[in-house]
Parts: sequence; structure tokens; C-alpha cells
Amino acid sequence: MAEQMRLSKEALSADFARRVEELSGQSPYRCYQCGKCAAGCPFADDMDLLPSQVLRLVQIGDEKVLEARAPWSCASCLACEVRCPRGVDIARVMEAVRLLSLRKGNTPLCTADVATMGLPQIALVGISRKMTP
Amino acid sequence: MNSIAYYPGCGVADQARSMEHTARAVLQALDWEMQELPRWNCCGTVYSLASDDLMRHIGPVRVLTHVQELKLDRLLTLCSMCYSTLRRSERFLNEDRERLERVNAFLDDEPDYRGGVRAVHLLELLRDDIGYSALETRVTRPLEGLKVAPYYGCTLTRPRSVALDDPEHPSVLEDILEVLGAEPVPTAQRVECCGSYMTASDPSVVRRRVTAISEAAAAGGADLMITSCPLCQYNLDARLAEAARTGAPRLPSVYFTQLMALALGLDPALDEQVIDPRPVLAARGLAVEVEA
Ligand code: SF4
Ligand code: SF4
Repeated sequence: MAEQMRLSKEALSADFARRVEELSGQSPYRCYQCGKCAAGCPFADDMDLLPSQVLRLVQIGDEKVLEARAPWSCASCLACEVRCPRGVDIARVMEAVRLLSLRKGNTPLCTADVATMGLPQIALVGISRKMTP
Repeated sequence: MNSIAYYPGCGVADQARSMEHTARAVLQALDWEMQELPRWNCCGTVYSLASDDLMRHIGPVRVLTHVQELKLDRLLTLCSMCYSTLRRSERFLNEDRERLERVNAFLDDEPDYRGGVRAVHLLELLRDDIGYSALETRVTRPLEGLKVAPYYGCTLTRPRSVALDDPEHPSVLEDILEVLGAEPVPTAQRVECCGSYMTASDPSVVRRRVTAISEAAAAGGADLMITSCPLCQYNLDARLAEAARTGAPRLPSVYFTQLMALALGLDPALDEQVIDPRPVLAARGLAVEVEA
């Protein structure tokens, strides 16, 4: 379950917000924190930050979001994309955060050992794409 | 006989042969022929959401170029994920010619993709080309008394730009069920993600999701569920069978094409499921012979 969020002035960077914006093609500043994305996300229970909180950290340029598990629990299901009243494609923001983390050489925060036995090929292709930059 | 170019994709060509077998037979009965592309490759399964990641559109472009070489502009898919990836890549490249040019430059001596090939999901072909009334005239074994919960998953109806039906209130699967004589049991879970490829990294998350999906279907009185994606099907069958050991309702799932085959008096190819749908079908007077 997501914890209450603390904002601090340390490590804030407008540059980081811009990189996420560029990579995702989404302006994080459109988000007005209504929380609708979080309310409907089928994986919110597995996340350490709610989707709306990920958006908030990106808005204030807090790179701590790169260490969060939440983007890795996102399945790109786009339930939030069709519901956001501000037209933010949150799944794209999640992907940008994952990619920025991977491109820094960080290990993907999915469960490390991927079981391959008997799994459909499309599951393996899907998860490999998520875990590689 | 009408015909349409057909792209199986890895999921259908591998573990979902029963979907292809039944789709082909049903279309044949409706006077349509699926013509498999002479060459094809994986579409990449998941669509890349990054703006700078042109590499990941190469797979879809190669597939679409094969269609263009046949001088055709439509490509039939059975798998929801292939449908989505092919359509979204096509849109992404077509809305900015510079992207398309860069991809073509990378493809070097392969033919250029010019844009404009549209992936068509079988559900669209049934609804928009063939029509429900043509389907209805072929039904020889109405699925009367059978209660079926449709499961749409994500990629048929999301994102909005390529949705083949209303993202929040789709009806195409319910409509087809009614044509087949079955009783649709729509649930709020029918458009909520099953966990998709996380089945490879986080099976417990998927087990929790398919438990919620099958509980909603069981609460509505459904006998079984239908899917249109090999990955949803795997999760709602193999993963649900695991979850059923700790209390999830053990509801069978089949591809919608299998139910269509059954209603049209064709072989429904129901012998691959982990959770066998045949007992519940037999209980509803729809016994299927087991081949020796
Ligand atoms: S639904 Fe949209 S506007 Fe509301 S919190 Fe989520 S991203 Fe922000
Ligand atoms: S796309 Fe990601 S954040 Fe949005 S609802 Fe789906 S899992 Fe949650």
C-alpha cells in the first residue's frame, strides 16, 4: 500500500521533469492531482507510490521516483489513460521513469527471476521488453 | 469467397492453435478465407510508449510491409495484443513522416513502408464486414441456457485512439454471444487488466487479478468466460487453476472463436484448456465428443 508522501526541497530538478516530459510526450503539469488514476488502477495495492504520486514527484522534479517500485508494478493497462480528466497518458510517464532508470544502469525492479517454463511466448517478449532499455 | 490477409503472431501460432483452428473454420462457414502472410515476424507484443524508441517499431513495420507487397491494405489479427501493437505503431509512424523515413532508412534495402495498412481484429470483421445477421443464419446449435462472462482485457478497447469499441462500456462480445443464443453476463471486471505479461515476473499478482475477474463472473452466475487474447487466456486458465487451489472460483475460459465454432456445429477444439470447459457445457446440454 502506498504511504503518505513527504515532499522535500532536496534533489529537485526541473531538468528531470523535462526529460520525463520529452521521453513520455506528456506534460506532467497537466495533472491536477485528482487521484482518479490511482482509484482505478488494478495494481495500486502493489505500488509504493500511487500513480498520481508518481506524477506529483515528476512535476516537482524529484528523482527519488527513479527508485520507486510503482512504475514496475504498472502493466501499461491504460485504464488510467481512458479515465484521466486531463488527458494525461500516465502509462507513458511510468514507461519514461522506467527507461530513465534502466538507462542509468539500474536493475529493473521486477521480481528478479523470471520463470520461463511453459509460459506463452508473448509473456516472455512482453516482460523482456519491460526490463530492457 | 471473400479473403483477407492474415497475421497469426507468436501467441496464436504457438499456444493458441485452437483459436486459429476455430476462427478459420468459422470464417470458412461465413464465406471468408484467411490468407496467412507468406512471411511474418513477431510484432513485439507490447507497444513502446517512449517517444525516442523508433527501433521498437521495426517489427510491426516489417509485418505491415508484407501486406503492402501483396497490394492489400488490411490485415486480420486474432490476438488482441497483435491488433493493438500493429495499429498503434502504424498510427505513430503515419502521424509524423519523419519517423517513417527514419525507420525506412534503417530498413535499408528492404522495401519502404508507405503507410496506410490497417490491422483489423476478427471482432471487427464479424461486426462490420460480415454482420451479425449473416452469423446468425449459420448458427445450428444455439447456446441456449449457457451463461457467459465476456472478458475484454485491455488492448481491444484501449487506448481510445485504436479502441474497437467503447473503452468503458464495450458490447461487441455480448452482441456476438446473443447472436449465438447464449446469455451474456457482463461484469465490471471485464475491462480490468489480468496482469498481462507480469505472469512471467509476478505470478502472484496475476493470480490475485484472475481471482477478482472470476469472482465477478461467478457472482453473475456465469458458467464460463470468453477471451480474445492468448495471454489473457493463459492467465484466466493456467493461473486461475493455481488460484483455485486457494479458493478462487474454478471457472473455465475459452476463446470466443471456440464458442462460435460450437454454435455453428464445428469442432470447438476444446482439449487444450487446463480447466476443462466440457463438463459445464455438457451440463447445459451442449456435450462435446472427446476425440480418442
Ligand atoms: S487522473 Fe490525471 S489529473 Fe487525475 S491525478 Fe491522475 S494523472 Fe493527474
Ligand atoms: S496503466 Fe499502469 S498506472 Fe495506469 S491503471 Fe494501468 S497499471 Fe495502473
